[in-house]
Amino acid sequence: MHPAYSLIFFTTASGLGYGLLALMGFFAALGLMPADRVFGFAGFAVALGLVTLGLLSSTLHLGHPERAWRAVTQWKSSWLSREGVMAIVTYIPAGLFALGWLFFETLGGFWILAAVATAVCCALTVYCTAMIYASIAAVPRWHHPLVPPGYLIFALATGALALDALLRVFGHPRLEVSALAALAVIAALVVKLLYWRSVDNAPARADADSATGLANSGVPGGIVRLLDPPHVEKNYLQTEMGYKVARKHAAKLRRMTVLFAFLVPLVLVALTTVLPAGAAAAASVTAAAAGAFGIVLERWLFFAEAQHVVMLYYGERAI
Amino acid sequence: MDSDLPPQHPERVETSPPISDEVKYTTCYMCACRCGIKVHLKDGGIRYIEGNRNHPVNKGVLCGKGASGIMQQNSPAKLTKPLKRIGERGTGEFQEIDWDEALDIATAWLARARATDPKRLAFFTGRDQSQALTSWWAQQFGTPNYAAHGGFCSVNMAAAGLYTMGSAFWEFTEPDWEHAKYFMLFGVAEDHDSNPIKIGLSQLKKRGAKIVSVNPIKTGYTAIADEWLGITPGTDGLFVMSLIHELLRAGKVDLDYLIRYTNASWLVIDNPGGADDGLFARAPDGRAHCWDRVRDAPGDPLAAGGAPALKGRFTLPDGRTAVPVFQKLAQRYSDRRYSPQAVAKITGIPDATIKRIAAELAHAAFEEEVVIDTPWTDWAGRTHDTMIGRPVSMHAMRGISAHSNGFHTCRAIHVLQILLGSIDTPGGLRYKPPYPKSLASLPKPSGRPDQVRRNHPMAGPHLGFPASPEDLLIDRDGTPERIDKAFSWDAPLAAHGLMHMVITNAWTQDPYKIETLFLYMANMAWNSAMNTDSTIKMLTDKDDTGDYKIPRIIYSDAYLSEMVMYADLILPDTTYLERWDCISLLDRPISDADAPADSIRRPVLEPDRDVRPFQSVLLDLGARLGLAGMIDEDGSPKFPGGYKDYIIHHERRPGIGMLAGWRGATGDLHGTGPENPDQVEAYIENQCFWRRELEPNQKYFKHVNIDYLKYAVKMGFVMTPEPIICQLYAEELQTFRLAAHGHGTVAVPQEHRKRIATYFDPLPFWYPPFENDVNALEDYPLHAVTQRPMAMYHSWGSQNAWLRQIHTANRLYISRPLAGKLGIADDDWVWVTSRTGRVKGQVKVMDGVNENTVWTWNAIGKRAGAWNLEPDAAESKKGFLLNSLIDELLPERESNYRYSNSDPITGQAAWYDLRVRVEKAPAGAEESEPRYPAFKIPPGIPARPQINRTGAAFRAARERLKKGGRS
Amino acid sequence: MTDLPAAPTPKRLGLVIDVDICVGCHACATACKEWNTGGYHAPLTDLNPYGKDASGVWFNRVHSFEFGRGADNRVVHFPKSCLHCDNAPCVTVCPTGASYKRAEDGIVLVDESLCIGCKLCSWACPYGAREFDSTEGVMKKCTLCIDRIFNENLEEIDRVPACVAVCPVNARHYGDFNDPHSSVSEMTAERGGYDLMPEMGCKPTNKYLPPRPRKFNTGDTGAPAVLEDADPAGGFLGWVDRMLSAQP
Ligand SMILES: Nc1nc2c(c(=O)[nH]1)N[C@H]1C(S)=C(S)[C@@H](COP(=O)(O)OP(=O)(O)OC[C@H]3O[C@@H](n4cnc5c(=O)[nH]c(N)nc54)[C@H](O)[C@@H]3O)O[C@H]1N2
Ligand SMILES: Nc1nc2c(c(=O)[nH]1)N[C@H]1C(S)=C(S)[C@@H](COP(=O)(O)OP(=O)(O)OC[C@H]3O[C@@H](n4cnc5c(=O)[nH]c(N)nc54)[C@H](O)[C@@H]3O)O[C@H]1N2
Ligand code: SF4
Ligand code: SF4
Ligand code: SF4
Ligand code: SF4
Ligand code: SF4
Ligand SMILES: [Mo]
Repeated sequence: MHPAYSLIFFTTASGLGYGLLALMGFFAALGLMPADRVFGFAGFAVALGLVTLGLLSSTLHLGHPERAWRAVTQWKSSWLSREGVMAIVTYIPAGLFALGWLFFETLGGFWILAAVATAVCCALTVYCTAMIYASIAAVPRWHHPLVPPGYLIFALATGALALDALLRVFGHPRLEVSALAALAVIAALVVKLLYWRSVDNAPARADADSATGLANSGVPGGIVRLLDPPHVEKNYLQTEMGYKVARKHAAKLRRMTVLFAFLVPLVLVALTTVLPAGAAAAASVTAAAAGAFGIVLERWLFFAEAQHVVMLYYGERAI
Repeated sequence: MDSDLPPQHPERVETSPPISDEVKYTTCYMCACRCGIKVHLKDGGIRYIEGNRNHPVNKGVLCGKGASGIMQQNSPAKLTKPLKRIGERGTGEFQEIDWDEALDIATAWLARARATDPKRLAFFTGRDQSQALTSWWAQQFGTPNYAAHGGFCSVNMAAAGLYTMGSAFWEFTEPDWEHAKYFMLFGVAEDHDSNPIKIGLSQLKKRGAKIVSVNPIKTGYTAIADEWLGITPGTDGLFVMSLIHELLRAGKVDLDYLIRYTNASWLVIDNPGGADDGLFARAPDGRAHCWDRVRDAPGDPLAAGGAPALKGRFTLPDGRTAVPVFQKLAQRYSDRRYSPQAVAKITGIPDATIKRIAAELAHAAFEEEVVIDTPWTDWAGRTHDTMIGRPVSMHAMRGISAHSNGFHTCRAIHVLQILLGSIDTPGGLRYKPPYPKSLASLPKPSGRPDQVRRNHPMAGPHLGFPASPEDLLIDRDGTPERIDKAFSWDAPLAAHGLMHMVITNAWTQDPYKIETLFLYMANMAWNSAMNTDSTIKMLTDKDDTGDYKIPRIIYSDAYLSEMVMYADLILPDTTYLERWDCISLLDRPISDADAPADSIRRPVLEPDRDVRPFQSVLLDLGARLGLAGMIDEDGSPKFPGGYKDYIIHHERRPGIGMLAGWRGATGDLHGTGPENPDQVEAYIENQCFWRRELEPNQKYFKHVNIDYLKYAVKMGFVMTPEPIICQLYAEELQTFRLAAHGHGTVAVPQEHRKRIATYFDPLPFWYPPFENDVNALEDYPLHAVTQRPMAMYHSWGSQNAWLRQIHTANRLYISRPLAGKLGIADDDWVWVTSRTGRVKGQVKVMDGVNENTVWTWNAIGKRAGAWNLEPDAAESKKGFLLNSLIDELLPERESNYRYSNSDPITGQAAWYDLRVRVEKAPAGAEESEPRYPAFKIPPGIPARPQINRTGAAFRAARERLKKGGRS
Repeated sequence: MTDLPAAPTPKRLGLVIDVDICVGCHACATACKEWNTGGYHAPLTDLNPYGKDASGVWFNRVHSFEFGRGADNRVVHFPKSCLHCDNAPCVTVCPTGASYKRAEDGIVLVDESLCIGCKLCSWACPYGAREFDSTEGVMKKCTLCIDRIFNENLEEIDRVPACVAVCPVNARHYGDFNDPHSSVSEMTAERGGYDLMPEMGCKPTNKYLPPRPRKFNTGDTGAPAVLEDADPAGGFLGWVDRMLSAQP
């Protein structure tokens, strides 16, 4: 699939944003968040900022951005619609949560409910995003049970790294958060490795024979192969869905993903526990940045490595 | 609609939008098939073009091209105004001039040639369908140098057919789609009968008739055939003669048919070395003799009740000995040389397959005969109470024709059909009126020295059918009279001329220098040139005085083709939707086997440019030159209304005009009759075509069916109701052979003798295509051919925004085994080299192609800047032509003379004899070669659109209306 | 709306495509473009129509495939347009309701006025039947010629899709698959019409008729493998004699 930058940025940014927001809510509910206005403001700014920017960028690739509002109408059937709805709904608890924190400087009582609601909404929104891809059977590498958990755990990991960084920058280091970040990163790594192993070894979902129905049409005859495409130059389908990344190139990017999204953050988070505050803060910020960058790579691969079965009509043997 | 159905979408689709303000019927001309179309006009533009269901040619369907008519009309490559060359030829530097100036220039050039020596004008036309007009015009002008594209197209088919059975595969016959049970297709990818063939094939498939396609390549029609015979190019003759061998061995021939309707029983004089050797033994009245077995005496093969012998050796009253044609034929093809075993290796078809096909042919013809319960009477008055058919049908075209042995190969196919008794019988090959016509009734070529005079028309038509050397167009020492050397010893039976040789001969000034080359509708500087590179050189070459070797070139095109860039004066034509045209019984009509038919094209749109219909321009030039028939007594133009006037008022013979329908003052005469001033209106009322169904008893055996023959006389198709006897043995060819042996009144120059003696065999024989023996085969081990893409018409489809997306560039298709051998994979770039040149292109590997044959789609490659395409369009960056590999001349052979690369009998261009080698190209630019500098775009040509939104306006209008309606 | 209609729809309109006789002429592709570029989805935009990398909106495209090797090798021409699936993922993924399946006849359409051009439906369609018009920013697709098949301004017999009307070999047929006696239902039953990529679970309405077995083996036409000699003794001409003397 064509790796559209607007989508890559959107999914990573909103993932990180919702992850951060969810964790602020979660730890607030556990009473582990400092009711510090400045820190809170920074947290909300980063989280809601990224989420909002992400949503905006996702409308960039629309043919009719001015009609984007229509996208919320089909929540009954469409995951994209549901994502839109959830994204908007999330602003309500998130707003209350922020209100309590930033104006009343309280994270107790009613405001806890807002915090919890925020966390839940964030999780649901990310899940919807994941399902947009996971529900597309025509792209076998997306239509995979590990895709939704992947999206969720990456959101959690990048969010946790960001929260850890913010806490340290504003002088409220919290071991629980660092620990969670570390665990989330490890979990994310595991999910990704499992996913890669699974998709790399998965049997093809369809092949040119079933796409054309020729080989199994009762006539003796073997493998179906394209003789002539319908048009000599690339058409929309081929540019949108025919993107193919070279194996070698993909392998390299996978290694970089593992390095930046997982190993680097892990090591740095570990270091933060032993380093002096200043250095630790610096380390955790770097960890968050590396993580985010790594996930951008992961997301690029998520598109670029995914093949669409329509390419079976354009010369691919099996997908 | 039923709104109780949950869930309902709110959109209210307008399911009955108004389609058109007006529908105009006319005839498609995206190719030469001439289908009937309905043009839906809306808001002053074309909304949609669909097939006319009532039309005899296409019965409502269209092909991919015809359905893209809108984009042909919207082409940004349409010429807009007459052009005069100001730069060097081939640069594209032109100046717009107005019509008066253009016509003055042309008139001056033409008048000078006519006043000095009419031969100095060479007028050749390409894809046009107004040959009835153009040939007549050239005849009135008085130059012998006229022909159309037939010489590089399919004259082998036309000549072989007309010299054998009074008609031809080439447009004048059609398979009996309705009754055929076994169909063989030789070397056809698309053909002129584009849609009829498709409709017919689908009929055959539905009825479960077996289709065999003999073709080195398995695409298109061949792809849907039951059996594919991937023959080695140029060897069909052997294959067919081997089938004949098998049929003879088994006695599976239709003796009754042979005796009654063919010259099988005619006696051939056997007098080796004598002046009459190989000629028919004739009665004083000129009628050929047969030998009557019962009376044991010479008889009249055409007399009813006789008992002609088919074998034996007989002594004629005058003491000469003679044998029946059939015996000669049987002896030739029974020879072991033609046994399946003997031909299998050369043809690439296993002997078991050849034997099986022969058995299947015999089975279909004789075990599955079709009987139609319609009594009919043959010319001898014998009444047959049924029509017994041999349901074996065949069609062949350029795979046979475009070889230097095509004439004999095509004759061999006809002989096969005749032996099976399937010519114009139910289930066989059917004649399309006005054919069949006997060879004797066809004109002889005109243009002998005594026939060409200053400021004088020529007595007869240019193109004809020589019956003997006396009919050739040569002077006393054998020098050709025509610039293309048609009807000379180079190509004695060149019934369509040799358009592919005009530029070469004009440049070498052999046989003489011409002054003005006048071309119409032929892209001779590109895809219809053999040897495109050298053709371009010849068109631009100058003599030491600094003049072009070909001094003046006038060209009429409708679009910005490559040829336009090499002309000095451009006469821009209209498109097919903007003019009158006439598809006449005098030319290549649209008849089918059940009915004669003709049709017209009528303007459905006004040109939005300063262009004029070429036919009218030609008549205008004729009037300005004062050509007979184009001016009245007072010297004023005879057809002020242009071509439309001509269509209505011109008569070839009294009562015979361009159109056969609705003749006579009241328009109730059909076929012949006085002119009808309202004839064209009658055509328009009748959807632009005329068709009159034959009576049931006239529909088959037309060549020997007295009721048909009488009707044909009445209609003016033929002069007398004489039967048209199939000529298994072509005596006409023997007369040339005798001349080569020094007999007769016309001497064959020494250097031509061997060739004439060899190839003018009155019975079909096979010889390897010339390229095979002029090349060191190990250097050029492969055959290279082209195919017509169904969705592209030669060069002119690339300006069509839709069609060009389908064929933006062409590949070189090679077989998988060959690719393996050469270490070539899909998408690799390769060099293809012939003895003449080399081209570079990109490969596609396939299984369905003869292992030693490579091929590509025809005419896809374009010269940068032509057709108003972006110079970096794929047509010129990746597309290529094979033409640069095909020499128009053979290497020096007998007496160091270079014959044209053509069939030695008809002069048919031998495109498919081409031999090449293929090598992987070293890594480098992924571009086709050769590359030519891009043309400048001439003035007046519009900027090409970057986006095509054809049709948007109709929707806008609909929506405006809707809104209007609501408020 | 973008829920699928409570299946089955009373009618299931669609096409049957016979790849046994399709010669690959592209008429159905260009006729489709010609009709539709002035129709419901007008225009079917072409980008850079006379230049490099030309591309356009086509609702119907004709591919060519080869399969089998040796004697069984086949070249097959393969037109493909929207299959108007019963279980159309292109509909359910649509966030705006622009993409829908008609409850009355199962035709799958895009209501351009609602379309935001998110392209998701084109991702969801396994068959590549969705065409994004980048200049208009909306998705377009085969409408089954909805502005022809019910069009009262057309003669009854012309109320078929453009691609069906134009096909010179009659390889395309239009009708209601819910009616067991419709030509399309009967052909499908008779010839074993099949679904493309059934594993995708879209339940296409359009059916493809497989290539028929071909007659290229001995006996397929009832003829023997090889012809007998006419007259082993006297040879062919001897036979001719016999035949002729047998005649009056
Ligand atoms: N769409 C479309 N239709 C056209 C045209 C067009 O350009 N486009 N051109 C028109 C014109 S001018 C003409 S002349 C006709 C020609 O119509 P066709 O006769 O169909 O012309 P070609 O495409 O040259 O087809 C030649 C076929 O013969 C095969 N062939 C080549 N060599 C041999 C051989 O030695 N033996 C056998 N058995 N087969 C061989 C080739 O593979 C090819 O399939 O088409 C007309 N119709
Ligand atoms: N390699 C190879 N070369 C071949 C062949 C092959 O099989 N292989 N086939 C040969 C054969 S059979 C033929 S017939 C020739 C065909 O070759 P051409 O006769 O050159 O045919 P086109 O390329 O169609 O060129 C016809 C010209 O007519 C112009 N034209 C189109 N419509 C009109 C109109 O309405 N009015 C006027 N005045 N002009 C118009 C077009 O713009 C074009 O420039 O090609 C020959 N060349
Ligand atoms: S075959 Fe096609 S292009 Fe040729 S006349 Fe018929 S519809 Fe037109
Ligand atoms: S129009 Fe008919 S024959 Fe031509 S490509 Fe389409 S389906 Fe095949
Ligand atoms: S073919 Fe594709 S676009 Fe058509 S209904 Fe099925 S899924 Fe939707
Ligand atoms: S592109 Fe249009 S029709 Fe397709 S899913 Fe998006 S909104 Fe729906
Ligand atoms: S049904 Fe209409 S829209 Fe669909 S492919 Fe055929 S012509 Fe095109
Ligand atoms: Mo031709």
